[in-house]
Amino acid sequence: MNGVHDMGGQHGLGPIAPEAGEPVFHAPWEGRVLALTLAVGAWGRWSIDASRHQRELIPGSDYLRMSYYEKWLIGLIELMVKTGLVTRAEIADGRLAVGALRATPPLTKARVAAVLGAGGPANRDVAASRRFAVGDKVRARNINPVGHTRLPRYARGRQGVVERDHGVHVFPDTNAHGLGEQPRRLYGVRFSARSLWGEAAASRDSVHLDLWDDYLERP
Amino acid sequence: MNDRPHSHDHDHGQEPPSDLALRVKALESLLVDKGLVDAAALDAIVETYEHKVGPRNGAKVVVRAWTDPAYRARLLEDATAAIAELGFGGHQGEHMIAVENTPAVHNLVVCTLCSCYPWPVLGLPPVWYKSSPYRSRAAIDPRGVLAEFGLSLGDEVEIRVWDSTAEVRYLVLPERPAGTAGFDEEALAALVSRDAMIGVAKVERGG
Repeated sequence: MNGVHDMGGQHGLGPIAPEAGEPVFHAPWEGRVLALTLAVGAWGRWSIDASRHQRELIPGSDYLRMSYYEKWLIGLIELMVKTGLVTRAEIADGRLAVGALRATPPLTKARVAAVLGAGGPANRDVAASRRFAVGDKVRARNINPVGHTRLPRYARGRQGVVERDHGVHVFPDTNAHGLGEQPRRLYGVRFSARSLWGEAAASRDSVHLDLWDDYLERP
Repeated sequence: MNDRPHSHDHDHGQEPPSDLALRVKALESLLVDKGLVDAAALDAIVETYEHKVGPRNGAKVVVRAWTDPAYRARLLEDATAAIAELGFGGHQGEHMIAVENTPAVHNLVVCTLCSCYPWPVLGLPPVWYKSSPYRSRAAIDPRGVLAEFGLSLGDEVEIRVWDSTAEVRYLVLPERPAGTAGFDEEALAALVSRDAMIGVAKVERGG
């Protein structure tokens, strides 16, 4: 979707403000939101792609105003309601619905280190077409899907060169919407800064994106 | 504009709980009551990212690459495996690539679409990395962004920006500063900043 989250190339969003000695969390609730997101994620009711898309669905004006973990909190609540883990009434009341059964958490303290250490690899050992080879000139397609995509607007319609074949990875555009992983080949593509931003860019500079087979075409 | 709603110069410990803090507390209590999460597991996750997983991991990778040419070659060939040799990997670092800075090439990492970042080696990203100003300008104006961090690179240096659009995560292998031949691994690691491994700083020998 062409949302405000797709920020590459925008101007006017202000100076970068690094904070000396920045703490990992600025308040305890931020750490709890991170932990809740990972712990509820262990139920396997949604994918990382769905959780990214849920945050993209936050209205643009709110997205720009909210702090990072506030966006995570909103996204988590919406996903839990959508997938039936909680009801809006329970969120509003802060109490279990009458008659609700108590579940058993899938992620216990004893399993945290192993689960985080294993992670969730996105590559899949399945056959998938390899339409492009390292060294091929490619063009990012000019697509404007209303759903989730990882092809930023600034690269659409631009020409680059395939630099790397990452193998076959889960396709976010379908996986975010519950349409399956539909693994596709993923390529590292180099775009010259001038092809993206015009002649004012430094001649040797480049921007590198990881793009799935479907995002690319022959120029 | 910073994308945080207010300044963080003050001490949160001195304030009454914010609306967000209360909402999160209520949500956690509900989810524990429902048996959806285990409070001790939440504590363990927070503890992991506050105290165990952070940029000191990445600094060990960088120092090993500086001091062991065979390791450097393995890191540039297959970063996921090379990083796993040091015991780091997993969530948000499943597919790693190391990109090497040289006098002629400078690498800079961003995620323009969200906040992708190599957690096992750098920990959780700082606020500025996740902020609109950095995400919007790193790809279109890397030289201006680097100048804001106090790093001015000449036109003869090629800048490569890595936009983390998939589940591949990038670690910058900075240049080893001159005059550090006698440094042991611990002294070298102390020089390697998080910012240098994102690419918004160089590693300096220091005073």
